Amino acid sequence: MASATGQIGTAAAASRAPVHQYVAFAVMVLLLVAAPFAIYPIFIMKVLCFALFACAFNLLIGYVGLLSFGHAAFLGAAGYITGHAAKVWGLTPELAIVAGVATSAVLGLVVGALAIRRQGIYFAMITLALAQMLYFFCLQAPFTGGEDGIQAIPRGRLFGLIDLSDMMTLYVVVVIIFLAGFLLIYRTIHSPFGQVLKAIRENEPRAVSLGYDVDRYKLVAFVLSAALSGLAGATKVLVFQLASLTDVHWAMSGEVVLMALVGGLGTIFGPVAGAVVIISLQNYLAQLGAWVTVVQGVIFVLCVLAFRRGIMGELGRLLKRPF
Amino acid sequence: MTAEAILETEGLTKEFRGFVAVRNVALRVEPNTIHALIGPNGAGKTTCFNLLTKFLTPSAGRIVFKGRDITAARPSDIARMGLVRSFQISAVFGHLTALENVRIALQRQRGQSFDFWRSERTLDRYNGRARELLEAVGLEDYADAQAVELPYGRKRALEIATTIALDPELMLLDEPMAGMGHEDVARIADLIRTVAKGRTVLMVEHNLGVVADLSDTITVLARGEVLAEGDYARVSADPAVRSAYMGTED
Repeated sequence: MASATGQIGTAAAASRAPVHQYVAFAVMVLLLVAAPFAIYPIFIMKVLCFALFACAFNLLIGYVGLLSFGHAAFLGAAGYITGHAAKVWGLTPELAIVAGVATSAVLGLVVGALAIRRQGIYFAMITLALAQMLYFFCLQAPFTGGEDGIQAIPRGRLFGLIDLSDMMTLYVVVVIIFLAGFLLIYRTIHSPFGQVLKAIRENEPRAVSLGYDVDRYKLVAFVLSAALSGLAGATKVLVFQLASLTDVHWAMSGEVVLMALVGGLGTIFGPVAGAVVIISLQNYLAQLGAWVTVVQGVIFVLCVLAFRRGIMGELGRLLKRPF
Repeated sequence: MTAEAILETEGLTKEFRGFVAVRNVALRVEPNTIHALIGPNGAGKTTCFNLLTKFLTPSAGRIVFKGRDITAARPSDIARMGLVRSFQISAVFGHLTALENVRIALQRQRGQSFDFWRSERTLDRYNGRARELLEAVGLEDYADAQAVELPYGRKRALEIATTIALDPELMLLDEPMAGMGHEDVARIADLIRTVAKGRTVLMVEHNLGVVADLSDTITVLARGEVLAEGDYARVSADPAVRSAYMGTED
């Protein structure tokens, strides 16, 4: 009995005193500082945008237990609006990003309000259906450029002052956006609100019986996740100077599931690791063409069969500390 | 029996596609008593329980709690009014610690709060009260243990601690002793007796024996209808109850 409680004690102490998480965060920041000197900055920025997208998605699946299969809608919609705002309306980058994020938040409110009335697979199907509707809207609407997308989006001057066409300046801005989003998600998970979310994930009827209006909690989490996905999409559009149908396609919704799964659902750093792995694979295996999809499929199967907790989940289990 | 009933039902009926699970049940729960709802398998106990806690909507009838009609209320509403339920399958938040489990109930006092920007440390002020509640159910040594790792009997104790954290006027317990060993049954029975001081408990049980010396009033259900009501001596002597329970009474 003594050994059993001792073991339980260490696991719980780790969940309360996250010193190792500060260390992991510091390592991540150091890597981000060093990386542009070794790796092509555009590639790192791409990884960061997807990492933020995966973290936002993980907030829902990992901490509320909601599987959205339409998250590309929020990534892509924000991208289109930001692109349009920067190119046609001539807004400065920060305002274009705000416009994109606001669009995704509103879209998240609508999609969320409709989807959270249903549970499990039905929830996933409704998010997918609504995301597909948005895809066809983007295909047909005049301002999105259809198959061509919106091209040559100007990066502009941040606050009208800082020129983002300089690669290192852009890199610093993207890193700051990523870290801000990451920290906001971390704080959300570790807030009183996050405690209720975890309770809903663990046992929804019990949370109801304690007097929590779970649908409203789910909706707020959904809107947050959509807005942060939008932030990722808006940033990505400024980096690539392109908003295209790829970002609203259902395959993108599938990709983010894969990233979160490979990295570890319900872990803090997992989605970041997942994004690094998946984007690197796509990049370095690009010459394999269509085989990239096959490789991704194999990874997916391996994850489900062999290491279900994902990279950070398994690491956390080995070190007996949650990452 | 002059006191105002805390919970009362009139003609409570639930039909599932033509099958009547609960028929015309009139129940009266007196304040500050332990009231047991018992019956053999399929008697409609759990359906009745889910109707009272609003997890199911009645086909007909009325439910009145503290003089207010709650027939159309939502489950989270009645919890805020002071009527809190437990579950048959032990309902704890598995991957939260025992302390956090109780704190989830305590932080409800902050209202429906969506403050995702605030630190978890805001909740530290509830830790003292949470530890007191854990101590009250004998779980003080398990405060930092994940609920999923607790043995079954302790999970039930944790669930009761979480329920009383809301300081409910009426606690509804769904088969609190189901699937338990003998020593655990005795411990949970003691626990129920302790926490029932100053509040009302309505519990659903399968076994007449278990509730015998715990309950002030026993209502026996069979095939969705009230078969008998009264204290243990009266109910156990009832010939209709004896025949309904043949083979299951121990």
